Amino acid sequence: MVFLLLFMIFLPFIFAILTPFLYKLFAPRVHTGWFVAIVPLSVFVLLLQYIPVISNGQTIYQSVPWIPSLGVNITAYLDGLSLIFGLLISGVGFLVVLYSIYYMSKEREALHNFYVYMLLFMGAMFGLVFSDNILVLYVFWELTSISSFLLIAYWYQRKNSRYGAQKSMLITIFGGLAMLSGLIMLSMMSDSYNIREILSEVHVVTESPLFLPAMILLLLGAFTKSAQFPFSIWLPDAMEAPTPISAYLHSATMVKAGIYLVARFTAVFGGSSEWFWIVSGVGLITLVYGSINAVNQKDLKALLAYSTISQLGLIMSLLGLGSASLYFGNGDESTVYAMAIIASMFHLINHSTFKGSLFMVIGIIDHETGTRDIRKLGGLMSLMPISFTLTIIGSFAMAGLPPFNGFLSKEMFFTSILTAVEQPVFGMKMFGLFVPIIAWIASVFTFIYCMILVFKTFTGKHQPEKIDKVAKEAPIGMLIPPAILAILVIGIFFFPNVVGKNFLQPALMAILPIHSEGVGLTIKAWHGWNTELFMTIGVVLFGSIMYIFLKRWTVLYHFFPKTLTLNHLYNQSLEGTEMMSYKVTNKYMTGKMRDYLVYIFGFMIVILGGALWLSDGITFLGSNQAGVSIYEGVLLGAMVISGFAVLLSKSRLTAIIALGALGYLVSLFFVIFRAPDLALTQLVVETVTSALFLLCFYHLPKLRKEVSRIQFKLTNAVISIGVGTVVTLLALAVNNHRLFASISNFFEQSYTLAGAKNIVNAILVDFRGFDTMLEILVLCIAGLGVYTLIKLQLAGRDRKE
Amino acid sequence: METLISILVGLLFSIGTYLVLSKSLIRIILGTSIISHGVNLLILTMGGLKKGGPPLLGDIQTAFTDPLPQALILTAIVINFAVTALFLVLSYRTYKVTGTDDMDRLRGNMDE
Repeated sequence: MVFLLLFMIFLPFIFAILTPFLYKLFAPRVHTGWFVAIVPLSVFVLLLQYIPVISNGQTIYQSVPWIPSLGVNITAYLDGLSLIFGLLISGVGFLVVLYSIYYMSKEREALHNFYVYMLLFMGAMFGLVFSDNILVLYVFWELTSISSFLLIAYWYQRKNSRYGAQKSMLITIFGGLAMLSGLIMLSMMSDSYNIREILSEVHVVTESPLFLPAMILLLLGAFTKSAQFPFSIWLPDAMEAPTPISAYLHSATMVKAGIYLVARFTAVFGGSSEWFWIVSGVGLITLVYGSINAVNQKDLKALLAYSTISQLGLIMSLLGLGSASLYFGNGDESTVYAMAIIASMFHLINHSTFKGSLFMVIGIIDHETGTRDIRKLGGLMSLMPISFTLTIIGSFAMAGLPPFNGFLSKEMFFTSILTAVEQPVFGMKMFGLFVPIIAWIASVFTFIYCMILVFKTFTGKHQPEKIDKVAKEAPIGMLIPPAILAILVIGIFFFPNVVGKNFLQPALMAILPIHSEGVGLTIKAWHGWNTELFMTIGVVLFGSIMYIFLKRWTVLYHFFPKTLTLNHLYNQSLEGTEMMSYKVTNKYMTGKMRDYLVYIFGFMIVILGGALWLSDGITFLGSNQAGVSIYEGVLLGAMVISGFAVLLSKSRLTAIIALGALGYLVSLFFVIFRAPDLALTQLVVETVTSALFLLCFYHLPKLRKEVSRIQFKLTNAVISIGVGTVVTLLALAVNNHRLFASISNFFEQSYTLAGAKNIVNAILVDFRGFDTMLEILVLCIAGLGVYTLIKLQLAGRDRKE
Repeated sequence: METLISILVGLLFSIGTYLVLSKSLIRIILGTSIISHGVNLLILTMGGLKKGGPPLLGDIQTAFTDPLPQALILTAIVINFAVTALFLVLSYRTYKVTGTDDMDRLRGNMDE
């Protein structure tokens, strides 16, 4: 029982390994989902036991070493916040698996893939919310991205699925990597990987210069995962996933990972104006953006996706508002702001219940009619009465109407916003008035799309000719999971304080440790005639009017230019980047040897020349120089002439002979400078090389006149002169900066040590004989290479070509 | 003397580089040969010139030129010879197979 939490994290992974075997054994007799359902159910039951412990304000901490030398341990930590998430993941997970048993056909679908991905995701989510170690948290974070990618592209034959999966992958991984750097900064500041230890070092973190970068990077991760503006674009495209997945990942769990992260780190970053404004500002923008866009959707799932975006924005903005509580420390103002945190957690729970059930109902409609298009649906009320009831419950809860739980959290949202205006912090005085107006407008739009969802689908005229199947009520098994969620929706409305006492208070303690006593809280459905209630009445009145005249004003959406949408921007920038890199690569990777050599030589000139120049290495006059005699002078002159002869000759014979002359002059040079062995070798080698050149003479290509533009030759000339200059300067610099004496005195003992009087030979075969051996190897390889090249030619490959 | 040879080496490098940058395969081989001559001279110069007699014991002399650069150059000459020979045969083959020695026309595969 000691490592029960860790066991919960790894149970889904263990089952993910077992699932394919179970599938092989029992498919298609038994639906694989029945086995899988055991996992979330058992975790849910296990977690339920912790509720009394956690609501007493205790926490549970378990740790096993993973990479102890680096201080990375798999640490599970359970407090009010992770308990809420754990219960949501396992509870909704169980219902979704149950639903998927009826939704996914066991004959047609590759169920083993489906459930393996889903279990992976579930385990990753448990790991994410239970981990206390930030690196382990990151590992699970990326695992949710990957498993979500796999699930979105579950029907990989469809182009849209692949597009949606790629998009969500790119965006969430981008955010994940940003988050990783934020987490690393955080661990640098606090010198710990554990969140609880970081929390005890908060004062160090807040004073550090890395505070702001770490905050922004961390928020990038949270915002991309939770589909906040402007990273929300992946969520509507993720609706290509099977509906159980949309219900589970893209409404109840994964998109709340960002919320979890923000809540978890509020205690670290909260209390600063940057955090307050970024989180609540982005949340409010997302709230409005999502709700306005949702009204214009024709696909029910897309509508729900935008509504999810909007609701996530609401939760995020509440978290942002609530973080001001830390600024006030302990006191009445602090408690007032802490209510916003409670509201956010409350709405988080409520949203998971009603959004999960709505997705399932939409899935039922899709399953039973074959379409999700609002324009084709209508008049389903009498045909699908249970689905209709469930939709009403879910939608009205989402719209914030009594007697559903959404009403309570919507009221609390208004309360928090109004108190934030009354007790301004961080310059709220200036913008304070806009916030309730924005929230109110968003609520009106929320109301409108909720009405669209209910009335456009279920009332009006039934159009059986437009839909593929004969509409009928779904099987009972498919209706049970959304029904359970709907019961919760109503149940929470009537008994909100059960949730408040058991979940919200401990969560508040976890998010804001300063409120370790909790705040006296009773959620009441009826709270008198106050501003919040009038706001809600206004929403209903105004929303109803706008819904009635929907056709009149939705034309406004057509005026919005398509080129300004975020999706267009995303596609453009993706294509643009591809085109850019393609063009740039094509520009410099010409495929011509000469161009690459120009780069190499150019860099050599710049780096070597630059280094010489910067380090003041350029010297001209050496003091310790040997004199110049007439022989040497003539020899040097002759070498220059033969060098230029090679360069300028028009025929290859002249060039080869000039090169030979240069070689012989070099050996003469060796003679003068007292290197007899070198002179000998150079003579022989030069003779053989010249002979080789002459042997090949008739077969060698003719020396053509270089036909190229002046500019081309000029670049070559500049580069070559540059290379020559740099080499000369380098040689001069080396000559004039001799730092240590040579070690060659040692080799003068060659007779006593090696029994040789020729020092050079002694070095070659005795002191440094290894070099010589490999040099022989080089010769062997070259010989073999030459032989093979010539033989292969005779073998007839040429004739074929 | 060292300064003069340094300039000569620079000159050889310039000529070699110019030849290597040209389009014709045979010019490139000529260029690499010239550069390797330049390198050998450079190594010898860096060891110091005219500091004593040839590095053969048993002579009357007591001071010798530095034998280590000579050993290095000897190795370099042989390796350079091997590479030049292979390169020569390779270019000969290339010319036979493709019928051209223009570097601009010897460009990768079409499916790259």
